[in-house]
Parts: sequence; structure tokens; C-alpha cells
Amino acid sequence: MELIIQGIIKAFDLIISFDPEVMGITWLSLKISGTATLISLFIGISIGTVVALTNFYGKRLIISLINTGMGLPPVVVGLFVTILIWRNGPLGFLEILYTPSAMILAQTVIATPIVMGISLAAIQNLPPNLRLQILSLGASRLQMVWVLIKEARLPLLAAVMAGFGGVISEVGASIMVGGNIKGYSRVLTTATVMETGKGNFDIAIALGIILLLLAFFVNLILTQIQQRQNPR
Amino acid sequence: MKIFRNSKVLITMMVAALLFAFGTSSILTANAASKQKNLILATTTSTQDTGLLDVLIPAFEKQTGYFVKTIAVGSGQAMTMGQKGEADVLLVHSPDAEKKFVEEGYGINRQLVMHNDFIIIGPAADPAKIKGVKSSAEAFKMIAQADALFMSRGDNSGTNAKEKTLWKKAGINPEGQKWYQQTGLGMGQTLNVAAEKKGYTLADRGTYLSQKKTLGLDILVEGDAALLNIYHVIEVNSAKWPKVNSPGARDFAAFMISKKTQKIIKTFGVDKYGAPLFFPDAGKKVEDLGK
Repeated sequence: MELIIQGIIKAFDLIISFDPEVMGITWLSLKISGTATLISLFIGISIGTVVALTNFYGKRLIISLINTGMGLPPVVVGLFVTILIWRNGPLGFLEILYTPSAMILAQTVIATPIVMGISLAAIQNLPPNLRLQILSLGASRLQMVWVLIKEARLPLLAAVMAGFGGVISEVGASIMVGGNIKGYSRVLTTATVMETGKGNFDIAIALGIILLLLAFFVNLILTQIQQRQNPR
Repeated sequence: MKIFRNSKVLITMMVAALLFAFGTSSILTANAASKQKNLILATTTSTQDTGLLDVLIPAFEKQTGYFVKTIAVGSGQAMTMGQKGEADVLLVHSPDAEKKFVEEGYGINRQLVMHNDFIIIGPAADPAKIKGVKSSAEAFKMIAQADALFMSRGDNSGTNAKEKTLWKKAGINPEGQKWYQQTGLGMGQTLNVAAEKKGYTLADRGTYLSQKKTLGLDILVEGDAALLNIYHVIEVNSAKWPKVNSPGARDFAAFMISKKTQKIIKTFGVDKYGAPLFFPDAGKKVEDLGK
């Protein structure tokens, strides 16, 4: 218990004093996970919408695969991404192993199915007659899709939060493809693991608290956006 | 009205998108700039967990302009990375495996850097009564006979390799015994587990000293010549893997055995722990250590 209190004090100490290393780590976490979430939104929402709105043979199989992907273990993603981008691996020419770019890549792989699965369910959950109604009002196909996405914004923003939450808290893939390099690819989660290993529990707890605060503020902003535009 | 609200949201989202895009591009350019001078150092957890590398790496980077990517894993994994050409230079402490690594042509210019020693630590109550025993193998035998809990790294690290040698010397096969548990974790975390479970374990003195205050475990056996912990620097052979940065590896090896670095190693940790964590050995012979 004493240790937790020490950790909380340490956390505020680090935040108030603007500890440059901790601030750098926090900013990097936000940048990497934010970018990965953003990329996953483009891929996830577009493919999710297409799958939801079209009928084809094997659709249920595809949906099952996407839903399974929502539970992809980060370490497994980390392992496969590492093998792919090894210097002597198939994507070795990119030379991105142990860089923030590699972490964005791995986190995108983790977040995309989460966003895709939730978007798919969100679009499918809209009343089926809505599509007919929009089309009968003279909208083009593209306009119809756009209205549907706007109509489903509540669950879609939930998809953003789930995707972001999945990657900002993830450690297995980040440590494998990023290498936890000081001042370069060290993020809040990997730093927490390292400080725990060093026995610096107070710093580890402090980093954990900062991570929670960060996640809280990001979600607060997203929730503001989500709730504000729902006058009903 | 509703459309207006939505477009506001859209603008907000687009601004956020732009911000992140800027962030990413800065990350990418940082990559491009440092691509030429990247150096991947695969090393053991003990050099990172003690904080030694936090002192040495910035000095090396400042001196040479390389950007060092330190990947702290066990010695076993570090050598596997070297074997696959995924590291440029190694700083490891598993002499038998290192010799094999060099003999098989994966590494060149293996050079002695420093040593400290392994210690057998355990709870103060010492259920196997090994405190003060001179021979480490003898102490291991007593732990086995007392069925006292022993935490092993179990990760092919240098420490784990040393531990296996000691069990062999004691004539005991601990695998599968109820009192023998493998954590599969780094040294720091294994110490935490041993402290929590009140078990014995083999540790390098550096990591133990840097973590002593939170552990509540005592040094029970030390000073046996078999407990020497020797660190070498090895350059990965670029003849096997052309992508290896061999000039960088050579520079790093030269840096590690330079007089200035050896002096830093000698005094590292003295102010904080009252005793040095590592002893510099550049230019010495392995046979002369610990005498």
C-alpha cells in the first residue's frame, strides 16, 4: 500500500516537474498509438462498411475472421511483424525494425480488426429501410454510404476508442518491434515493464498512472465529440 | 443545423488527422537521417538493468555520431540475433556459448571487457543452510537435498547458462523437480519473484546490488572461482551477413576497451551502492581474473 502511495506521489512529481524524459515518452506513446489508430480508422471503417453493405458468398466466414482479429494477441502480431521486417527478412529493405515506424505498423495491425469489427456491426445495425429511403431521396451510392457512416457515428466513435485503447495499452508487440530504445522507441508501456524489471516500482506505478491519465484525456475528448452531436 | 454540427466535427477530426500526420512525418524523417549510422547492440539484461549502458551509450554516441539501438535480451537471444545477422555487435556474458559462436564463424574479434561475479542469494532464514559454504556446486547440492525452492531464469541467458553448469558440477538434474521453478524472465524480474516466493536464485552481483533495497534477500554464497561472470564484446561477422554495420561494430568494441571507458566502468555505481558493480578487464587474460 505504501508503495502505491509512493508511486502516486512520484507520478505527480514527474508530471508537475515536466520531467523531460517522461514527457518525451508520453508524447511518443500518444504519437505512435494515435497514428496507428488513425490509419486503422481509414482501413477499418472502409472495409467494415463495404463488408456490411454487400452480400457475397462466404460473408459469414469473413465476418468471423474479422471478429477473431479483434482478439489478436499483440505478442503474436509483434513476432510476425518482427520476422517480416528483419534486415534479412522479406521487408528488410525498409530498414524499420526497432523504429517508431515499426511500432506504428504493428499497432495498426492490432487496431484495424477492432475498428473493422465494430464498424461492421454498427453499419449492419442501422435499420435496413434507411438505405432504401436515402436512395429514394435521390442520393448517389457514395452519398448513401456517407449518410450511413454519419448515422452510425456513436458506435463508430466507440470503435475509435476501442482501437486506441487496444494499442496505447499494448506492450508485447511494441517491445519486440520497437526494442524499448531510450529516447527513441521507449513508450509508457515498455518503460513500465523495464522499470518493474529494475525493481523501481515507484517509477513503474507512476508511469502506469500517467498512462491511465493519458488514456482518460483522449477518451474524454472523443466522448465529447461523440455525445455533443447527439441531440436526441 | 445538423449538417453544420457534423461538419464541425469533421473539421475537428481532420485537424487531428493533420496533427498526427505531422507527427508521423517527423518520425519518418528521423529514421531516414539516422539510417546510415545505426548500430544495433544486442546485450544482456544485466547491463541495462544496472544502468551501466545509460552512462556508456550516450558517451559513445557523442564521440562517434552513431545512433545505438540497444536491445536488452538474454545472452542466448543476443547471440541468436547475431547468428541471423540482426545485430551488429554483442555485449554478452556466456563464455562457452560465445566460443562456439565465434568458432562457427558468426562472430569475430571477441574481446574481454569486464567482469563481476555471480552470487547465490536467498532468504535470510536459509532453509538449506548454505550460508558461508565455499563451493557453489556444494551449495547447489544442499539446496537440492533440502528440497528448497530455487528460481531459475530458464531463458538461456548467460546467468542461466552458468546455473546449468553449476548443477552439472553438483551432479544434479533439477529439471522437472518440484522445488525447481523457471521464471523465463530477466534477472531483475527473477529477483523479484525469488524475493516474493522466498526462494534461492543465482544472480549477477551488479543487478542484485542495484535492486537490493527492495528485495530482502541476502548474499549466501560468494567468492567461488566458479562464480566469475565475464563480459565480452563480439563483432558480428559481416562476411556472413553483408548488411551488418561492421565499421560501427569495430568502433563500439574499440570504445568498450578504451582507457576512458574502462575508467567509467571502474567507478560506475560506487557513489550509489558503495561498491563498484563491474571490474574493467580490457587487455587482461581470462585465466588471470579473480586472482
